Amino acid sequence: MDFSLLTPAIAEIFLAGAAIVLVLVAAFGGEDSKASSLMRKLTIGSFVVAGALVVSNGQAPNLAFGNLFMTSPFKVYMKVLVLVAASVVLLMAKSHLKADGINRPEFSLLILMSVLGMMVLISANDLMVLYMGIELQSLPLYVIAAMRRDSIRSSEAGLKYFLLGALSSGLLLYGASLIYGFTGATNYGAIAAALAGGASNGAVIGIVFLVAGMAFKISAAPFHMWTPDVYEGSPTIVTAFFAVAPKLAAMTLFLRVTYGMLGQVGEAWQQVVVAIAVLSMIIGALGAIMQTDLKRLMAYSSIAHMGYALVGMASALPEGVSGVMVYMAIYVASALGIFAIILTLSRDGTSALKISDLAGYSRSHPLHAVCMMIFMFSMAGIPPLGGFFGKWFVFSAAVNAGMVSLAVFGVLSSVIGAFFYIRIIKVMYVDDAVGEVLDRHENSINTFVMTAMAIIVVLMMFGLSSLRDAIAATLPYIAFVVG
Amino acid sequence: MRVGLGADMETTWPVLTVLTFLPLVGVVFLLLIRGAEEVVVRISRNVALWVSGFTFLVSLFLFYHFDPSVSGYQFEDRGEWLARDGIGYHMGVDGISMPFVVLSAFLTPLAILASWNSVKMRMREYMIAFMVLETMMIGTFCALDLVMFYLFFEAVLIPMFLIIGIWGGARRVYASFKFFLYTLFGSVLMLVAMLVMYGQAGTTNIPELAGFAFDPSVQTWLFLAFFASFAVKVPMWPVHTWLPDAHVEAPTAGSMILAGILLKMGGYGFLRFSLPMFPDASLFFAPLVFVLSVIAVIYTSLVALAQSDMKKLIAYSSVAHMGFVTVGIFTMTEQGIAGAMFQMISHGLVSAALFFAVGVVYDRLHTREIDAYGGVVDSMPRYAVFFMFMMLASVGLPGTSGFVGEFLVLVGAWQASTWLAFFTATGLVLGATYMLWLYRRVVFGKAEKPEVIALKPMDRREIFIFIPLSALVLWYGVFPTSLLDLMQPAILMVLDQVGTATEIASLRGTN
Repeated sequence: MDFSLLTPAIAEIFLAGAAIVLVLVAAFGGEDSKASSLMRKLTIGSFVVAGALVVSNGQAPNLAFGNLFMTSPFKVYMKVLVLVAASVVLLMAKSHLKADGINRPEFSLLILMSVLGMMVLISANDLMVLYMGIELQSLPLYVIAAMRRDSIRSSEAGLKYFLLGALSSGLLLYGASLIYGFTGATNYGAIAAALAGGASNGAVIGIVFLVAGMAFKISAAPFHMWTPDVYEGSPTIVTAFFAVAPKLAAMTLFLRVTYGMLGQVGEAWQQVVVAIAVLSMIIGALGAIMQTDLKRLMAYSSIAHMGYALVGMASALPEGVSGVMVYMAIYVASALGIFAIILTLSRDGTSALKISDLAGYSRSHPLHAVCMMIFMFSMAGIPPLGGFFGKWFVFSAAVNAGMVSLAVFGVLSSVIGAFFYIRIIKVMYVDDAVGEVLDRHENSINTFVMTAMAIIVVLMMFGLSSLRDAIAATLPYIAFVVG
Repeated sequence: MRVGLGADMETTWPVLTVLTFLPLVGVVFLLLIRGAEEVVVRISRNVALWVSGFTFLVSLFLFYHFDPSVSGYQFEDRGEWLARDGIGYHMGVDGISMPFVVLSAFLTPLAILASWNSVKMRMREYMIAFMVLETMMIGTFCALDLVMFYLFFEAVLIPMFLIIGIWGGARRVYASFKFFLYTLFGSVLMLVAMLVMYGQAGTTNIPELAGFAFDPSVQTWLFLAFFASFAVKVPMWPVHTWLPDAHVEAPTAGSMILAGILLKMGGYGFLRFSLPMFPDASLFFAPLVFVLSVIAVIYTSLVALAQSDMKKLIAYSSVAHMGFVTVGIFTMTEQGIAGAMFQMISHGLVSAALFFAVGVVYDRLHTREIDAYGGVVDSMPRYAVFFMFMMLASVGLPGTSGFVGEFLVLVGAWQASTWLAFFTATGLVLGATYMLWLYRRVVFGKAEKPEVIALKPMDRREIFIFIPLSALVLWYGVFPTSLLDLMQPAILMVLDQVGTATEIASLRGTN
């Protein structure tokens, strides 16, 4: 047997092996807190190794398992982002697992399995593998959402996530079966070839279902209803993970399916994506205005940001993909930074997650407040911060595709969005603290993550050129046909 | 080392880049200050003053070596940035932008000096905000790349939002949100227009874009999008309502910079983008601009008459004066544009001085109500002199810079339409009315209120701020050519671009 055929999937195989080993560690690792700490370190370690394997094996497009599985530089970029995001969340988890009452070894294991699912999802080149990846990604997430068993909110979040997630998986599967029925293939390439002459009505219906299922996974409106509740109910460290890694994986899948598999029939999904983008931007922006809870606010904010990213995708142009890739990288950096701050918000040991709890924050925690301000201005898309450049590239793609009205709609909803971002700045800098001051943490990891992400967001303009170069190198491998 | 200068000689050091980013070096110093609260306060305002003062010296270098005979860009500085996307780092100034660069560098140290004792908290952060603001202002006027321009233009919002929101008056939150969202709303439409231009012309280089002939039907939309941004910034009636709120709530120094520089970004934008890049649309929309400007001049002057708050009155007068500027620009005559430019520089000096004048008495009595004063001349005679001089400059007394700008604008307006000149000129009468009345109520009359009688005369610092402002207002009133000559080649170039482009369009129409 020629094992070199397996090299494209070496990172995934490694992670699967690591998962098995870690199950044993969890079983025999002794008491919970000690085992949990060991597991966390081992998981981060395996992410690092997996990252190295991904980078060293993905520089050219490569197929494995009879075309079921494919690596390419584009996927390397996304996988590295997923691994980095997951590692950062696990790094920050150190002290928060205990505070959230979920300091159990299973936590790291579930994250590891979910990340493995994401990697499979990203690499999928076949509808069957796609579904396998989605389920492997989602099932551990349902469990960690409900991990704080004795909390009603957490259980509710897990159940809600599971029910709606199962529904969306059903939609996706139904769409996939229709596509299979009308094209006779499950392989992306074969489907693309079968659709080359135009999609039949049945296939179009299948495509719409498939897109709806994927929109659920990135929490785009109108499939966003679960997001605020799950964000709010889950332990904060879990929310931090939800906000970054699954979105990256699902967005990659979305790009792969639309640009790769359905690249020939852009008109079949373009209008759907436009509609989803518009709804997400406006619902995200309007919904966020009403919120009093920081985690719910972040949920709506992420809905809006997925809408902006979809604007780039809707263009059906190569620069749209590169725009989304810039956008997602900057989004992940800001989201990680914001959650690094949110995780430290507590008063007398219990977490204080209302927006009003931030009153007087600039006096009690000057560095944190400055970083938060940077993230807020960046998320609002104010130059010269990173968030602006993400918007510049996705809107640029939309304008080049002739979708000027979509871009106008996007920028106008970003003005609405700016309102709730600057409101947080106002609360931190203008309002006086009521009651006790927030706890002063000497949490060096969170401070480090927060500061590092803030620096990345501020200095993005200098690194942008190399980021664009790196992305441009991946572009030839994304789409079969565009247009 | 030979330091070559001007357009015909090679520049061996990047003057504009240094000028733009020097204040950020000040930010680094400010961040490094350690020590007790009073020490930090003392050192940080000194650092800010020295850094901005040094920046001003560099800008004087620019002023001195600027070659007024050249119509193109000077001190150009290019670099790689986003090479893949055709977006480059490109700085340069011509006769239109150079005066604004120097004005920004000139007003910032004065604004810092003006907030010496009146800022009571977070001095270090305040000075950081001002340093960042200065970088963004100078960058806006130096940028010769669309993306860079937008970057600087929009980034101004961040420090100004904080300056109004944190160090402002009682209704500062409302004012800062209104300022931020209003301005952002206008600018994002401009952003989409920029993306369209980038898509069509394939470049973001401003000189190249000025030579690119956009299709007249596209021009209409591009013009409207840019107009949305610049009209809010200028501000023009009816999108001026953020300005009185922002001015009233902003600290004195914030108002000085807001009126002195930020409003000028709108006028500068019209001259740099709207006219050269969308000449057909500019001609088409000129009557609309005239109507809005005349309404601004007459209506806001009347509103100013009715104000009981000094700062609000001066804010409304700013709207009226900027109405002259937009009239002048869109007459598309040499006199009109020169007048608009002159009016902007003059208004930058005069309004900054007037807002400072309000700040001086506000620091003493902590009220801006006109009725709370009266008879200030008895206790503060020097103040009365400076205030009167600036008030007369604002009214447009011959011999002050205010006169030159308004006169030239009216000359230009006359060439466009007699009625336009007539209605615009009514603004002069109304302007004299509300300013003289304000002055009479604040400074003259019998000092009856004990706190007014007890007013302390101006100290050296306050006099020191008035002196350079007054000197320049007088200088440019008596020798306007010293400024007009600098600007003329660039203005002719704008007119040339408008002219050639319209000719091309008319040729296209006949074919």
